[in-house]
Parts: sequence; structure tokens; C-alpha cells
Amino acid sequence: MSHEHVSNTGRIWKVFGILSVVTIIEVYLGIIKPDFLFMNDFLSMNLLNWIFYALTIFKAYYIVWAFMHIEGEKSTLRNAVVLPVIFLILYLLFILLTEGDYIYGVFKNSTIKWNF
Amino acid sequence: MEATVTTANSEEKTWGGGNEPMGASYGKLMMWFFIVSDALTFSGFLAAYGFSRFKFIETWPLADEVFTHFPFMHGVSAPMYYVALMTFILIFSSVTMVLAVDAGHQMKKDKVALYMFLTIIGGLIFVGSQAWEWKNFIKGEYGAVETKGGSLLQFVDKEGHRVALADFAATLPEEREQLTRSKAKWFMSEPTLPSYSVAEVQAGFKSHPDLLIRTEVVTKEKQKTVLSREESELRLSQASLVVEGANLTRNEYGSKLFADFFFFITGFHGFHVFSGVIINIIIFFNVLVGTYEKRKSYEMVEKVGLYWHFVDLVWVFVFTVFYLV
Repeated sequence: MSHEHVSNTGRIWKVFGILSVVTIIEVYLGIIKPDFLFMNDFLSMNLLNWIFYALTIFKAYYIVWAFMHIEGEKSTLRNAVVLPVIFLILYLLFILLTEGDYIYGVFKNSTIKWNF
Repeated sequence: MEATVTTANSEEKTWGGGNEPMGASYGKLMMWFFIVSDALTFSGFLAAYGFSRFKFIETWPLADEVFTHFPFMHGVSAPMYYVALMTFILIFSSVTMVLAVDAGHQMKKDKVALYMFLTIIGGLIFVGSQAWEWKNFIKGEYGAVETKGGSLLQFVDKEGHRVALADFAATLPEEREQLTRSKAKWFMSEPTLPSYSVAEVQAGFKSHPDLLIRTEVVTKEKQKTVLSREESELRLSQASLVVEGANLTRNEYGSKLFADFFFFITGFHGFHVFSGVIINIIIFFNVLVGTYEKRKSYEMVEKVGLYWHFVDLVWVFVFTVFYLV
């Protein structure tokens, strides 16, 4: 069962470097909030938030692939773990966020004030 | 046999039992599937947070105004620095964990023990930091007032800087004692009284003409709305409650659901970190007494490693959702 394992400390430290740099970029952007990103919306979310989510998924990729070492697993295991999660999360997000946005409209346009 | 093409040589073994179609042992496979289900649980929570946020998109609190504390720096607004530090600590403890797994593959017991130990320390620092974050969140900083209609009013000066209730509230001779069961005959319980009554806040506001009220509504400039002095007085006359800090019912930061989600999601994550630390401690002692040395495999370290990285993975998302976005 035990495949020949070579030490990959080099890669571990490299991934740590990547994760750290990305976190620093996130915090830096979060503090300065550049106007051209923060004030422009795309699909009801500003560009800065899109960048944050993209960087988060980038970090998640490195954690799962390098630290959890799913890159070394068989592709059946990799797909069985990763694909359902991605599919179900996208599905859930689509439904809940659409619904949340709809309810926002209902509250906003209703004749009854709910918060005053 | 033309129709069923199987890999050469494996035919004998395929139905003989004991093979691992996914190339991973039973325990590791089950850890992966546990992680899948736990990841979906967390996604459910975070998606529910997104749902509520989209529902109240116009009045949701701005995160960088809520989390502004840094240890030993009182009165300095330092948004995100502390939580960035916490993120580093957790990522670093993930690194030491993966180094422990790596050392395990090479059967280096001492190195595994050392890295496991560092991982445990990192986890403990993280849980402690989260407790401190909660303390600040629960205690609050400025205080606010809730109107009869359930919306929250905060106080700012002419430049738009937040003003704490303690800085302007008047002291009226109407002090009411906090009732406890030992002091009242027909009395069950009451929530902790705020430091100031609504009347004291209103009187203090009247005597400070440079104060204004800030509502929860986010403007086009993505800032909270600041009312004019006349509007402020009108809104404040509808005040019904003084809100200080946060609990599960209301909080001084804005939308009531914000604190609920914060407590629930970071609490659930903190619980994962805590149980991760406990499991790591158990495995650490197993390493020390040589259990895995005898077993000639450090796979158990790899399995708890998977769990530990998963906790880190969840934090990466919680960090984005609560602190950045």
C-alpha cells in the first residue's frame, strides 16, 4: 500500500508563501478599498467582493490540493470529494441568494414598513 | 470476455476482497466523506448568511466598522489586522501539521511529535484569539438606540466619527436598580439593564447640539446614512431601548441577524478548532508512546491532518464572508 513518499517540504513552504501573500493582498485591499473596485457592481456584488471570493477559492484550492494532498489521490477519490461539494454549493447559493434578493424587493416595495 | 475489459492482472483480485478501489484506506476514505458532509454543513450556514444579507442588503452592518480591535492598542481603529493575524496562525498550524504528516511518511518519530506539538499550540492560540474577539463583540464599543419600529440608531459627531453613549448621555435622578430575585417579591428575572436609560440618552443628545444620528441604511456611496439635526431629534423621540454590545436578540452594530450569524458560524467553527486540538493532543500522545512506530505507519497523523486542514479551509471562507466582504 505504501507508495514511495518523497519529502516535499519544499512544496509545503512554497504553498505557505502563496497563502500568506494572498492573505496580505486581501487585507490590504480590504483596508484601502479602491474606489474603482468598490463602487462598481457586477451581478449585485461589487468587484472588490468578487476579487475576495476569487482569492478565497484560490487559497482553498491550495489548501485542498497541497495540504490535504488530494493531488496525490486517485482521480476517483478526488472527483468523488470535490465535484459534489462544488455542485451542491453552487446550487444552494444560486437558490438562496436569488430568494434573498427577491425578499429584499418584497420588503422594499410593500406598503407595510417593517423597520422604521 | 470480449465485452468486459478489465485491467490486466487485477481480475483475480477484484472480487477477492481487500482491495481499495479509491486507493485509500477505509479510515482515510471515511475521513474524506466526513469532510464532504461537514463542508456542506458549513456551506449551508454561510449560504444562509448570504441569504439574510441579500434580504437586508440595504441595512447590513459594515464589517470593518465592527471588528476594529487589536490587543494592547486601545482606542485605535485597526480593522482586520487582528483577524489577519488569526488567519496566519491557523495557516501556519496547518503548515506544521502537513510537515508532521510528511515526517510521518519518513517514519521520523521525533519530528512528527515536534510538529504535532506546534500544531496544537497554534490551535490553542487561535481558539484564545477567537474568545477575545467574542469578548469585544459582546461588550461593544459605542452603544446605540433601538426605535419602536426595530431599527437601530447610532450616534456620530459633525465629522461622522462614532460617539459612544458614555460621552454624552446625561445622568438623570431616575436611576433604577437592577432587580434580582433576592430584592423583589413578585419577580422572575430581567435582562441586564443598560448603563443609560432612553431618557438619559435623549436628554444628553438635546444638550449636545453637534451630535447627529446615523441610521442603518447604506447610501449609494456605501456609507451609512447620517441624518440632519432635525431628523435626528425626530428619530430619537421614537427610541424605545438602549442597546449596548451584542447578544442573540439585538446588537449595537445593526441588523439583529448579524450577531446571530456571527455567534453561530464562528462559534461552530471554534468548536471544530477546539475538537481538532483535542484530537491532535490524543494523536500527539500516541506518537510519543510509539503506537504508530509499532504499527509501522503514521497514517493516523494523516487522517487528523485532513481534519485539521479542513478546519483551516473553513476559516478561509469564514474570514472572507465575515470580515472582508
